[in-house]
Amino acid sequence: MLKKRGFFYELNKNKVMFLMLLPTVIFFLINSYFPMVGIYYAFTSYDFAGGLFGSPFVGLDNFKFLYQSGALWKLTINTIGYNVVFIILGNVLAIAIAILISEIRGKLFKKFSQSIMFLPYFMSFVLLSVLAYNMFNFESGFFNQVLKSLGIAPVDIYNTPWVWPILITVFYIWKNLGYSMIIYLAAIMGISDEYYEAAKIDGANIMQRIWHITVPMLKPTFVILLLFALGSIMKGQFDLFYQLVGNNGLLFDVTDIIDTYVYRSLKVNFDIGMATAAGLYQSLFGFVLIMSVNYIIKKINEDYALF
Amino acid sequence: MKDNNAGMSLLFKTSAYLIIMLFSLACLFPFLLMISGSLTSNESIIRDGFHLIPKVFSLEGYKMIFTFPDQLLKAYGVTIFVTVVGTVTGLFLITMTGYVLQRKDFKYRNKFSFFIYFTTLFGGGLVPWYIMITKYFNLSDTYAVLILPGLMTPFLIILMKNFIKSAVPEELFESAKIDGAGDFKIYYSIVLKLSMPGVATVGLFLALTYWNDWFLSSLFINDTSMYQLQYYLYNTVNTMLFLSQMATGTGVTLAKEIPTESTKMAMALVVTGPIVFLYPFVQRYFVKGLTIGAVKG
Repeated sequence: MLKKRGFFYELNKNKVMFLMLLPTVIFFLINSYFPMVGIYYAFTSYDFAGGLFGSPFVGLDNFKFLYQSGALWKLTINTIGYNVVFIILGNVLAIAIAILISEIRGKLFKKFSQSIMFLPYFMSFVLLSVLAYNMFNFESGFFNQVLKSLGIAPVDIYNTPWVWPILITVFYIWKNLGYSMIIYLAAIMGISDEYYEAAKIDGANIMQRIWHITVPMLKPTFVILLLFALGSIMKGQFDLFYQLVGNNGLLFDVTDIIDTYVYRSLKVNFDIGMATAAGLYQSLFGFVLIMSVNYIIKKINEDYALF
Repeated sequence: MKDNNAGMSLLFKTSAYLIIMLFSLACLFPFLLMISGSLTSNESIIRDGFHLIPKVFSLEGYKMIFTFPDQLLKAYGVTIFVTVVGTVTGLFLITMTGYVLQRKDFKYRNKFSFFIYFTTLFGGGLVPWYIMITKYFNLSDTYAVLILPGLMTPFLIILMKNFIKSAVPEELFESAKIDGAGDFKIYYSIVLKLSMPGVATVGLFLALTYWNDWFLSSLFINDTSMYQLQYYLYNTVNTMLFLSQMATGTGVTLAKEIPTESTKMAMALVVTGPIVFLYPFVQRYFVKGLTIGAVKG
């Protein structure tokens, strides 16, 4: 009773602020909450005439198929595997480059190299696919031109699955290094000069200063970025994978992630039930992962908890 | 001891310069290859492949594009319209939301924050969302479908909330209220002005996402005159690929008349051009905003 009065009292007192929030609430309600009803598709064999509740109910058949065909296992391994590599390599390189840049004195060089490394972040993934094609296509790609001029037989990269995990990782780093580097660089700039001065007086050399001052001071930034990344470890980099690999079935074994599978099931195979099931699996599994990660973090150090 | 340190410093700095230079080159290299490709004659690309300096200089790719510029211009128009409307609307909503959610005297701020944040934890997935938009809202082939889904993200709202929190002192709200300013007036005459760096950063995030988007076109747009720029590029690339594959497969020399490779490169460059030109100005705000956000947590 008291609580109810409390709400309407609040609503009346802060009606302007409620009104300011209204569009946002409606946006998320429609864009994010409404579609949750459609999870039901995962348990149907969808037909377009029937729509949401008119399609035949098939229980867990879609999930069973995903599991038995081996797709579920492969997609999960690929999605998580790539993300783990991205997180580790991405952060280590970003930290290393940020430290190197922070130690360089030449102002113009510093600015210029930062700008260049940040540039790929602004490019679209469609452009990325064009650039990859220039480098690696069989007939005219730069890579094969170099091989030819060295007298080595050209390689058909787009037919060679095993190189793609490396290439995708390289392109991921290429696109995102500048962004994470700038975040780390900002954290380094925030470290007080006094520490370095004191270390210098004590005779610490440059490696010791980096290892004992800069690296430990970057830990909070690293942990925050790491936890955010862990929270979305089931979410694949759809744009990156789809633009680089596209519908090249030869490479799917090593490059197919849940997001590309769902997109193809929807746009190419029109398999609504299966696509929804794969998406739901991703969502649920991801949810359980975040909750567990957050629970563990809360036990270790409350300050770093995501929520 | 001292000498040893100085020697190490020198060695470290030299290798730092070298490594940074190497990484910068690696970042720049694909662009140089593309620019050179767009200025090379198509035959030369097919015969000699891509090189850093054109072997046979030619502008045929650009000529090809500008002989039939209608579709390209249309795609430019669509993208500019969507980017401007989406960014302005999105900024308005995001700043308002960020402002209300950080007002300490707004009792339900945590509940609303969680309502927004929860959408990053769990969702219905792509397919139910797709069916909702196409079947129940009938938004295929509309500008609305290119604009609405990108208006807000939880990440940008949280970012904005933190910006406002760090830029506007708590007491300012109190004194403004005592002076008789309403909640909306506080927002547009105080909060917006004080959090300009944050607004710029969030605005750039939004604009970049709209400009680079191809996904919404690929899902919802069938009418080619409504393609976004990046999706138009994507389609051109695929068409050209198809044409040249057909030429090698059937021996039909269609590809000779259409300079597939150089057109692709020229198109990629024309589509990317505006970002590269704006980049020097835009980059500064981006770095500044990210820096504030990162330091203040």
